[in-house]
Amino acid sequence: MVSVRESPTELGLSNDQLLDVLYKMMLSRAVGQRERMLNRMGKAPFAVTGEGHEATQVGTAYALVSGKDWAFPYYRDIGVALTLGQTARDLMLEFLARGENVSSGGRNMPSHFSDPKLRIVSGSAPVATQMPHAVGTAFAGKLRGLDEVSMVWFGDGATSKGDCHEAMNFAGVHKLPVVFVCENNQYAISVHWTKQMAVENVAVRAQGYGFPGVTVDGNDVLAVYGAAKEAVERARRGDGPTFIEAKTYRLVPHTSDDDDRRYRSREEVEEWSKKDPIPRFQAYLEEHGLLDEKTRDELAKKAAQEVDAATEYAENAPLPDPETALRHVFAE
Amino acid sequence: MAEKNMVEAINDAMLEEMKRDPRVMLLGEDVGGGGVFRATQGLRDEFGPDRCFDTPLAESAIIGVAIGASLNGIVPIAEIQFADFIHPAMDQIVSEAARLRYRSNGGWGCPITVRAPYGSGIHGGPYHSQSIEAIYGHVPGLKVVCVATPYDAKGLLKSAIRDPDPVLFLEHKRAYRLYRQDLPDDDFTVPIGEAEVKREGSDITLITYGMMMHHSLKAAETAQDEDGASVEVIDLRTISPLDKKTVLKSVEKTGKALVVYEDNLTGGFGAEVAAIIAQEAFEFLDGPVTRVASPDVPISPYAGVLEEYLLPNPEKIAKAIRDLAAY
Repeated sequence: MVSVRESPTELGLSNDQLLDVLYKMMLSRAVGQRERMLNRMGKAPFAVTGEGHEATQVGTAYALVSGKDWAFPYYRDIGVALTLGQTARDLMLEFLARGENVSSGGRNMPSHFSDPKLRIVSGSAPVATQMPHAVGTAFAGKLRGLDEVSMVWFGDGATSKGDCHEAMNFAGVHKLPVVFVCENNQYAISVHWTKQMAVENVAVRAQGYGFPGVTVDGNDVLAVYGAAKEAVERARRGDGPTFIEAKTYRLVPHTSDDDDRRYRSREEVEEWSKKDPIPRFQAYLEEHGLLDEKTRDELAKKAAQEVDAATEYAENAPLPDPETALRHVFAE
Repeated sequence: MAEKNMVEAINDAMLEEMKRDPRVMLLGEDVGGGGVFRATQGLRDEFGPDRCFDTPLAESAIIGVAIGASLNGIVPIAEIQFADFIHPAMDQIVSEAARLRYRSNGGWGCPITVRAPYGSGIHGGPYHSQSIEAIYGHVPGLKVVCVATPYDAKGLLKSAIRDPDPVLFLEHKRAYRLYRQDLPDDDFTVPIGEAEVKREGSDITLITYGMMMHHSLKAAETAQDEDGASVEVIDLRTISPLDKKTVLKSVEKTGKALVVYEDNLTGGFGAEVAAIIAQEAFEFLDGPVTRVASPDVPISPYAGVLEEYLLPNPEKIAKAIRDLAAY
């Protein structure tokens, strides 16, 4: 595993950027928590969020050039969407299925992010299906002589799918600029990783496709960012794909319809709560004199206010016009 | 004018479209070397291996990569070597290509053409003979074309490549080298979604597509010669979106409808055609809407005698015409 960096600025991030990374993690957490709360209040039928994954999501997406590089998130990637430029308001409009939401106008379930101007590509619910798409945009970029990179995120369960194999093989054979990011939270809904794969680190599979695979501590945002930065640079200079396995843990149930007590002990969840990536990064920044209590509280307050304002706006935004359900089957 | 068979017409359509638009590229298994039916013959020499691209043998990736490429300035033609091999890519076609525009509220589009040879009659056995059009004709967001003549194949393939949405382009492989037809030298297209009356008649409307269109024309000649029945033969050419107008207009004239398709009877696309006629032309009907199709066994067995026993042919169609005429 790639370990935590000795110096926070070693990776080229300025002090402001380090605080920005922290803020995006905190905002991601606040959005996820608010969505679950609104679901429990009966204001939305469904929530799927990524509390616990913030270091992995923000750390990887932070290595991309938003609007130039291509992003293929999966349904837990609130942190990816926010890092690439979606706002809390965008996500709340999507979560509450309001007509003006850019992702789907109320068609897709929540957390199925799409934003053409940010090159965040709409995804579906069946896992791994977006992996060949990421390979396809990278393939097109290579054919057209562009220096764009595609990054695709997926869970540990997705690594069992045929599309994962087909995408990685295609990318490997043609040395395409793709970064595969496995957010390994150790459970595919309720199925433990030991029932999903016969290797301890799924990143070793990359070797079989002819490109590097790295396993990182997915709760250490700088370790994740470091791996992603290297992978993006590698892809951009034409050296082909990289597979990043970020080991992390989902601190909440799979979705609002899941009860994780069925398959995870409270002790295990408690143990992983102690490794929560947000307090961990805060402590690290404090240790290096880049964060104090006042700034931390201000950031928390700012995130809460942003989510409050987004919630209020989205709750008051109109629902989609029912007749729009017939539109956009084909080009108009 | 130049005489071309259907596979040559398809090759010409791709050649001309790739010349016209540098974004158009072809990807699939063995396409670089010309493909198993020679449909892509010469294209790698003309455009290089990047635009006539041999993929790994993985159908889901062929479609999935085409989808991704289409988002980034490429107009892909993805070849599936046989329609029978398309099933591993069904998820990518149905849940991804066909839904991308809808699920993103028009934010993304997916201008891909998926070409696949389909159909029986070449001793292909159960895995080189399938008719898959009904499965995909059911899917909103996807256009499905079934061609069986050189002119239609060339004109419709050009339309498919220029279409902003995904098109499944099914080429009846028995019709690839069935006959030659004079094709105009100038650029021409056939619009997606328009059926064509291939033979005019006044007693019965016969609605069909693919290889069955050729068998139906023969059967119509026989019925005319032997029984004096005047059969109008409509070639749907496009399954989805369906040209209801042409079908209903003809049925309103003849009062009788016979739907002929090669696929298994139950749930075949002809069932949808029959339902539309029953619902929307009921007061014009003077007999039962009738279907001729293959029985509900996995078509098509390898041995010629078995295959012939199952498939509709001009004789079986002519008998159905006689029965319906006599009703």
